[in-house]
Amino acid sequence: MEITMTVNGVAHKDDVEPRVLLADYLRTRLGLTGTHIGCDTTSCGVCTVLMDGTPVKSCTVFAVQADDTEITTVEGLKSADGLHPIQKAFKQEHGLQCGFCTPAMMLVGKALIEQNPDPDEDEVRWAISGNLCRCTGYVNIVKAIRAAAAESRGTADEGPALVDLTNEPSPTVSAPVG
Amino acid sequence: MTTTEQPRTSPEICGLGHSPRRIEDDRFIQGAGHYVDDIVLPGMLHMAILRSPVPHARIVSIDTSEATALPGVVAVVTGELMAQHNLAWMPTMSGDTQAVLATDKVRFQGQEVAAVIADTVYTAWDALELIDVDYEELPVLVDPRKSLEPDAVLIRDDKEGQTDNQCYHWESGDKGTTDRAFAEADRVVTLDTHYPRSHPAPLETCGCVADIDPATGHANIYMTSQAPHAHRTVFALVAGLPEEKIRIISPDIGGGFGNKVPVYPGYVVATAASLLLGHPVKWVESRSENLISTGFARDYHMHGELALRGDGRILGLRVNLISDNGAFFSDAQPTKFKAGLFHIVTGSYDYTAAHVVADGAYTNKAPGGVAYRCSFRVTEASYLIERLMESAALELDIDPAELRRRNFIKSEQFPYASPTGFVYDSGEYERALDVALDQVGYDDLRREQRERRDRGDETLLGIGIASFTEVVGAGNSRDFDILGLKMFDSAELRVHPTGKAILKLGVKSQGQGHETTYPQIVAEELGIPASHIRVEEGDTDTTPYGLGTYASRSTPVAGAATAMVARKLREKGRKIAAHLLEASEEDLDWEPGRFFVKGAKERGVTIQDVAFAAYTNFPEGMEPGFEGVHYYDPPNMTYPFGSYVAVVEVDTGTGKWRVRRMVAVDDCGVRINPMIVEGQIHGGLAEGFAMSNMQFITFDDSGNCIGSNFMDYLIPTAYETPRFELGATVTPSPHHPIGAKGVGESATVGSPAAYVNAVIDALSHLGVRNIDMPVLPHRVWQAIQEAKH
Repeated sequence: MEITMTVNGVAHKDDVEPRVLLADYLRTRLGLTGTHIGCDTTSCGVCTVLMDGTPVKSCTVFAVQADDTEITTVEGLKSADGLHPIQKAFKQEHGLQCGFCTPAMMLVGKALIEQNPDPDEDEVRWAISGNLCRCTGYVNIVKAIRAAAAESRGTADEGPALVDLTNEPSPTVSAPVG
Repeated sequence: MTTTEQPRTSPEICGLGHSPRRIEDDRFIQGAGHYVDDIVLPGMLHMAILRSPVPHARIVSIDTSEATALPGVVAVVTGELMAQHNLAWMPTMSGDTQAVLATDKVRFQGQEVAAVIADTVYTAWDALELIDVDYEELPVLVDPRKSLEPDAVLIRDDKEGQTDNQCYHWESGDKGTTDRAFAEADRVVTLDTHYPRSHPAPLETCGCVADIDPATGHANIYMTSQAPHAHRTVFALVAGLPEEKIRIISPDIGGGFGNKVPVYPGYVVATAASLLLGHPVKWVESRSENLISTGFARDYHMHGELALRGDGRILGLRVNLISDNGAFFSDAQPTKFKAGLFHIVTGSYDYTAAHVVADGAYTNKAPGGVAYRCSFRVTEASYLIERLMESAALELDIDPAELRRRNFIKSEQFPYASPTGFVYDSGEYERALDVALDQVGYDDLRREQRERRDRGDETLLGIGIASFTEVVGAGNSRDFDILGLKMFDSAELRVHPTGKAILKLGVKSQGQGHETTYPQIVAEELGIPASHIRVEEGDTDTTPYGLGTYASRSTPVAGAATAMVARKLREKGRKIAAHLLEASEEDLDWEPGRFFVKGAKERGVTIQDVAFAAYTNFPEGMEPGFEGVHYYDPPNMTYPFGSYVAVVEVDTGTGKWRVRRMVAVDDCGVRINPMIVEGQIHGGLAEGFAMSNMQFITFDDSGNCIGSNFMDYLIPTAYETPRFELGATVTPSPHHPIGAKGVGESATVGSPAAYVNAVIDALSHLGVRNIDMPVLPHRVWQAIQEAKH
């Protein structure tokens, strides 16, 4: 079937088998391997992309269903201005470890912030509850999304700052060390 | 010694104790990580595996004709074909054998029966449905206790001399001393508990791309491998390929947690297929395949007894356990001990008598027994002793914190010889507990608990403690090997003329942040800024030999090797500095990054000057260059510890419970990068919560796996996962070059008992003493009803 899809701002016209999943189309036809696949049951969410701005699990969308839509994958987050605030925040807040769930988590975070510029912790946790992470216990993912929200509001000084703290000791150690 | 260690180096050098953001994140946040399934090679074919739908059956026939005829199918591989190449069976890491593709029988649901190689993965999956296998079903064993009964059907009839379903018998400690301790005891407390079967389930499943060049015989195998070097040697031994022609490349790994330590049949079949077809062959598991066939964890049926004096002092411990090892004994553990390091079960407590008896059983379930975020059965051990401590506290009516205090090994007793043969390196157990209790506000919580009970609240409060001791960092070469390979590790450091460096390691990160932390060790020892050091791992052609990353062994072993190789270069650097400064070596002092003349600090040379001189102006007779390699054989294991306090609220009407607080105080020795250490603990606490609350794999009586996908095998999301509060004490390991102990698994090991103890604590006044994990609401409700009657 013929489809037309805009992916990360680039228009693609293609002929695909009706059964091809959007995740496979993005990964194998377009080479956008930042979108991952982690389960067979729409449970883990690592394949999440934005379809017309809304998070969808691309392993449960046929490529033909994405006809005439705008898709954003992790590769589309960075712009001419540099990294997106959500990307900076994930690094700054140590919001990732193995990196496998990260592209999806960042896209869901981005979509959340666009809807709700100042999400509280519960709202962030609810928003990412369709996405699993096995490494982080979600603690720093939540922090990263909230930090990116603060940055996007221009009130970064109220939350964790997104300046390059590369060589600073961890500000998160609250340990009473004796 | 317990100290707060302020960084000794400047933020520019960024040695130990700094928390630089991670180097590796730059690619991950841009979707530029490079995982196995991202690899595309010219002419690459795709493989899919046909798995048995039944758990125990004789294979009568396999008809592949229809599948072979499907357009796009290149080959269909069966066990018969593998047997022609002597590859139908392979050795496991536990000295057993495992079928690669079944030839005689299938022994668990999901076992590999045949494989299709096709032009696309969609075609390969289509073809699986066209293979016709005729099975003659046999009786099924899913309970290891029934497996061990004398008249049970024999599962491993392939093994010569095997007449029953027992796969091992193992004992540790001393029976006589322990029997005497029990004879003298005022009280004996017992606990029967099942640590349920679980699965590491990293979000990236297992897979490989095997690429054997038909012209040269060179094999490039891209693999989700936590231990690429060990796997290369296993491939050489199993497949008979010359080892110099095998290159295992482990690219970015999307989580491992022990799941990617074993060699799986899929790797072997894909490699054989590439060899036979002359094309690269990719195989990537589906999630369901991952859960039903690759290394599971736990599944221990444990009976524990503690002998106590009336004042709460422990006199002895007795454990009898049956482990369910599935159809093949493939515990991915490299010790001579059949139950791994389970004999750490004596815990953080001081007593002289212990006896452990373990029996392993074959069942018609998936093989495994991997160390899921755990150092070879330490999780089961820690859970049993910490649950027994809760039972003892309740039976003796002593506060559980106080009972632990009365029995802790004291800091002056280290190094401490345990009754099962370990020598604990260092610990300050009481301090860690005090910090945790103080942080959680223990006394206030106990008051609130009493008040709620007095008021007759339907929602009760429970406070659960776990003061665990781990044993990690396998290992020393006396006790640890994989198929004879001693468990050392290695580091190679090459400093370039401009003072920048590359560090090559035999281990392999799966998210632990090696590219950031190991440069910090070099920075500490050699003064080269951490940001000037690139790390290379996972390619057996370019990195020195090592045994891999699992069981929290990277920092204890490869981290030590890194410190040692940096020290070697510092000593060479001292000679070069003496030459440059025209001084004798003895007259030089060192500060991070710089040699200078004693008493004349301004007369000095930087490490960068020294590196440049190593290539341009070295002393006559000196070997040029500035690089070295170190292979480190640890003198002992390391023993991280901690105290966790979980505070839960239990709804007695529904049995539902939620975590109100989780305070975790860890002591992993010297912390290289506190930010990364804390991230590791967060992850472990979440996985411990998962096991205590929802995550388990079970089987119905017919041997069907319940938990074969993420809709049935429940992984907590951000919404269910509790919030965590961390604390730390620092007690360096006395035998590790930088005093570090390893931290990746502490929280998975320590936290399950804390959560469960908290639920039991909430209900203890009703008479509830045990609920097995996962502590599901209906189990809680049932325990309350049973206690009432």
